[in-house]
Amino acid sequence: MSEGKSARVLVVTSGKGGVGKTTSTAALGAALAHLGEKVVVVDFDVGLRNLDLMLGAERRVVFDLINVINGVAKLQQALIRDKRLENLYLLPASQTRDKEALTEEGVAKVIAELRTKFDWIVCDSPAGIERGATLAMRHADAAIIVTNPEVSSVRDSDRIIGLLDSKTEKAERGEYVEKHLLITRYHPWRAARGEMLSIEDVLEILSIPLLGIIPESEEVLRASNVGSPVTLNAALSPPARAYFEATRRLKGEDIPMHVPNESRGILNKLFGRKAA
Amino acid sequence: MSSLTCQRQSLTFRARSYTAFVFTLQPPIEDWLAALDAMLERSKGFFAGHPIALDLSATRLSPVEIAELVSELEVRNIRLLGIEGINPAAAHPRLPPILRGGRGQDIEVPEPVAAAPAPAPAPAAAPAAKKQEVASLMIDSPVRSGQSVVNIDGDITVLGSVGSGAEIIAGGSIHIYGTLRGLAMAGAGGNARARIFCHRFEGELLAIGSHYKTADEIEDSLRRGPTQAWLDGNTLKISAMN
Repeated sequence: MSEGKSARVLVVTSGKGGVGKTTSTAALGAALAHLGEKVVVVDFDVGLRNLDLMLGAERRVVFDLINVINGVAKLQQALIRDKRLENLYLLPASQTRDKEALTEEGVAKVIAELRTKFDWIVCDSPAGIERGATLAMRHADAAIIVTNPEVSSVRDSDRIIGLLDSKTEKAERGEYVEKHLLITRYHPWRAARGEMLSIEDVLEILSIPLLGIIPESEEVLRASNVGSPVTLNAALSPPARAYFEATRRLKGEDIPMHVPNESRGILNKLFGRKAA
Repeated sequence: MSSLTCQRQSLTFRARSYTAFVFTLQPPIEDWLAALDAMLERSKGFFAGHPIALDLSATRLSPVEIAELVSELEVRNIRLLGIEGINPAAAHPRLPPILRGGRGQDIEVPEPVAAAPAPAPAPAAAPAAKKQEVASLMIDSPVRSGQSVVNIDGDITVLGSVGSGAEIIAGGSIHIYGTLRGLAMAGAGGNARARIFCHRFEGELLAIGSHYKTADEIEDSLRRGPTQAWLDGNTLKISAMN
């Protein structure tokens, strides 16, 4: 807080793997930076890091989060500045260690230091509910719960919401951890055929406010293959637009919600019903 | 909202089952202790570090005799996790807790007529204090998947929904004003009059006492509607509430 900033710590989490946490962390982090915020994205998936690839920074990793925790490197040495956006940084995870290398005190120290340097600290949580995931959420002010519209993903998200309400520092102080639901890999035609849970069903089960609906798209895959967040690589594509809208909602703007490939904002009503 | 979170934190706790050795005491006690000594002679430290419960259902011991037995076991380095098979009224702060094996059977053990010298007055005071604690538990936020809410001493009321994979376990009745998608077990202490009520049923399992039905065994017509479950003799009945 030395610069008088009020940094916000976000955790991008889901419980289930493969739902789009890392893709969303990269896309939202880049969108926030594009909108002028100073952002660091932190990879907590020690041992299975991916965020460096999503940002195309894998060839510039020297030191990582574990090095900083162990005092081998200074935070400044481990932070990697993005080549496209000068106010976007990555703090990579270690690929050679495992989650046991994360210590509670070490993570607390790193987050506290990041808070003095950035406006937004976006933590990419590993899948699961074990050490890596609980430490990633530990210091969060707000959580983005990434969910696919299918039952197993929704139940895992429900489980994670319960943990956010009990295992985070804020919850332990008796405060409320803000939660936002980001529905990813939404197939409009499958939804129309009733092959997926509807947005309404997901909202009814999880009862937290909706941040955005990201349509399934080739652009997402293409962006990750070239190592660029979709919000930079194809900024006008439907998923990128959805991520940008979600980012602006995160910043507090009131933007009507659209279900992808449906012309009317029929979810205005649902979105207006803020569960918090 | 912060107060909600705070409240739930203090109310939610886990029920966890452990595996423990259960010693069933066969009277007379002296012979039983001798047999135990013989066994310990053969393999010293056999029980060291293991959780051990004592089943006293085959005996009628006074609280003082139980205390003596417990100290006899402590001399042998056997520390008890709890005692089962005795009247809950015999509970005493200095004795290990009374276990009910999840069934919570009420055991009527008549007070020994030829009471042991000077029965401690404390056991009588303890149950009286306990009676006042019996209360219903109110949860005013959703119960999420993987969370477990337990109130063995009374009812549980949930104002929100109960997620798939969450569980509500009450000694008394359960009232859910949202959607039940998880598991609800009422009458966990053996209370056959306990019931389960939910505003919308999409649950995985309903149980009262030891009688239960899984979602598969429950008529589809009841799903998504207001539902109640109760015990009719030995049959778990489930019906719509309209």
